[in-house]
Amino acid sequence: MKLLVKGGRVVDPASGRDQIGDVYVSEGRLVESFKDKPEKTIDAKGLVVAPGLIDLSARLREPGYEYKATLESEMDAAVAGGVTSLACPPDTDPALDEPGLVDMLRRRAKALARARVYPIGALTVKLAGERLTEMAELAEAGCVAFSQANAPLADTNVLWRAMQYAATFGFPVWLRVEDGSLARGGVAHDGEVATRLGLPGIPAFAETLALGSLLQLVRATGSRVHVCRLSSAVAVEMVRAAKDEGLPVSCDVGIHHVHLSEMDLGYYDSNCRLEPPLRSQRDRASLAAGLADGTIDCAVSDHTPVDEDQKQKPFAEAEPGATGLELLLPLALKWGAQANLPLAKTLARVTSDAARILGVQSGRIATGAPADLVLFDPDELWRVGPGALKSQGKNTPFLGYELAGRVRATIVAGKVVYERR
Amino acid sequence: MPPSSPHNPQLNANGELQHLLSIEGLPPEILTQILDTAESFAGVTEREVKKVPLLRGKSVFNLFFEASTRTRTTFEIAAKRLSADVINLNVAVSSQSKGESLLDTVANLSAMHADVFIVRHSSSGAPHLIARHVKPHEHVINAGDGRHAHPTQGLLDLYTIRHYKKNFTQLRVAIVGDVLHSRVARSLIHGLTTLGVPEVRVIAPQTLLPAGVESLGVRVFHDMRAGLKDCDVVVMLRLQNERMNGALLPSAQEFFKHYGLTADKLALARPEAIVMHPGPMNRGVEIDSSVADGAHSVILPQVTFGIAVRMAVMSIVAGN
Repeated sequence: MKLLVKGGRVVDPASGRDQIGDVYVSEGRLVESFKDKPEKTIDAKGLVVAPGLIDLSARLREPGYEYKATLESEMDAAVAGGVTSLACPPDTDPALDEPGLVDMLRRRAKALARARVYPIGALTVKLAGERLTEMAELAEAGCVAFSQANAPLADTNVLWRAMQYAATFGFPVWLRVEDGSLARGGVAHDGEVATRLGLPGIPAFAETLALGSLLQLVRATGSRVHVCRLSSAVAVEMVRAAKDEGLPVSCDVGIHHVHLSEMDLGYYDSNCRLEPPLRSQRDRASLAAGLADGTIDCAVSDHTPVDEDQKQKPFAEAEPGATGLELLLPLALKWGAQANLPLAKTLARVTSDAARILGVQSGRIATGAPADLVLFDPDELWRVGPGALKSQGKNTPFLGYELAGRVRATIVAGKVVYERR
Repeated sequence: MPPSSPHNPQLNANGELQHLLSIEGLPPEILTQILDTAESFAGVTEREVKKVPLLRGKSVFNLFFEASTRTRTTFEIAAKRLSADVINLNVAVSSQSKGESLLDTVANLSAMHADVFIVRHSSSGAPHLIARHVKPHEHVINAGDGRHAHPTQGLLDLYTIRHYKKNFTQLRVAIVGDVLHSRVARSLIHGLTTLGVPEVRVIAPQTLLPAGVESLGVRVFHDMRAGLKDCDVVVMLRLQNERMNGALLPSAQEFFKHYGLTADKLALARPEAIVMHPGPMNRGVEIDSSVADGAHSVILPQVTFGIAVRMAVMSIVAGN
């Protein structure tokens, strides 16, 4: 199958190239050019042609939570949002702690033939933080990293051993950092807004204490660690220092946390009930700056579809999480515009930089790379609302917002998997 | 702020009180209107026929998702004195335990033609959620939600202070004890700052103060003797039993020694200072009996005023 994407603004975040041109696709890969007539030609005039987005955290809710979302609905959402690769955390029911489950998930995803799915295996059995999973078996089944998702790992000895074991095989460990006892019962940033609203708080040092411990364990084990969902200014500083020191750490931030703060809770907007919690304006500014200067390697959607019933509850009782696959691109563009970044650099945080962490060849426009592409109009405005979202989760703090940047077509392995005219 | 978020969920398009969810965000004119209306009702309570027909034909649903005797009873009395029909629902032991959602419970009651919902819930913000979903002619009054607010208690505290002290703008008020978990404290602080009290103090150990409490406009004291000095009003907060021994406090005894109100500590306040308590009191934990029953105490009048204040709130929202 030969495909020609003609006359678009081709942006390659990996090299910084940004120019009008054609993109040639053959046999699922990008090629220099071809002489024969393409089977399909897409006119990309006026559109940006970029590598498909790579989202390092998107919950597909299968197995176990099909009433919140199905693989099918969320894979539709992914490609509608221009996401061509996604890593899914292991907090399904049952958790992704057995090769059979991982294998099944990958097969199901493959059969749907939309975005590429990279499962993250559970670091401990049932995410209970007690026994290690069979990481080598899980890796063979297709797990690309190991994680506790949002489940706490209270036992530092287990964490140490898990990191040692993962390092033995060279498996990366992806961890959210939060001291479980400090976070227990908390639902919002322990600050002025939580005090005013009477919500139990989670102090920022719940994150930095756990990050401090984790960095010590990285020094002790040499384990390659990706720190997930930073939420505080101090944590950004700590990662910056750790990278300067040469530690093998990378990190990401949820795209919501780049834009929103505790102020957005308003009158108990349960769509702003997120894990980690939205913190102060100062924290938000540091996250946005850290993402711009590269301290934070990439931005993720942390896509978490939640059913309406679980959100129509008092704030503290509402289930945390926000839908995000279809918002990642416009919210990344919004951040890039606010930070005055060139488009290539903005997109790098959701493409090539994520590819580097995931260890995959996609995320760039270069000869031989997988033909995973997104075509979008960076200026097209659309209003976020239930009808505009393919995800089964309609829960987003951006409900009613008008955002710029809308996907026209998404291509995975040379096949058009989404197209909007 | 998302464009969908309401500017002030308590007020209607004319800026009048539609629901009473929190004292925060209410203009001083509305607070004064409530206090003035309550004053006009105070006489009703003294009469032989303690009824006015303002809410005749209206249904008031007492919707208590969290146990309460005193607050529920005072709301019931207040509604009956306004000639309303009062329906008490102890939701804590009925539909919610059968798994019905909060909004379904409210929708069902709404189908029975309610006019006013009096809501108490253990989760902060629950009355806001209900207020967003009721019909335009229905009103929600918050009777205490989590740690967030207890606006009618705050209003009756303001009423009591105004009754004894007249002018808010020359007062020094101290609030003592478990501010961290107290919805009463939050409501009163907002009320006092809105009505122009120049100095509101909170007195507590660090473990019983929420993060950034100064942002509410209060001065923080850890030493009770220093904090009480020259105060005109002393408000003692209840310390819940389950908080007395644990990670927040070592013992009720030690708390009483440092933060309990005794006659000798009270002597540091102004000679004509009044002592308040939202009840129920823990004698010997936050307050000594000699003070609770002493000349400075206005704790029982607070309860009486509470009925007039709740009549005022109900008649105002139902009239708007």
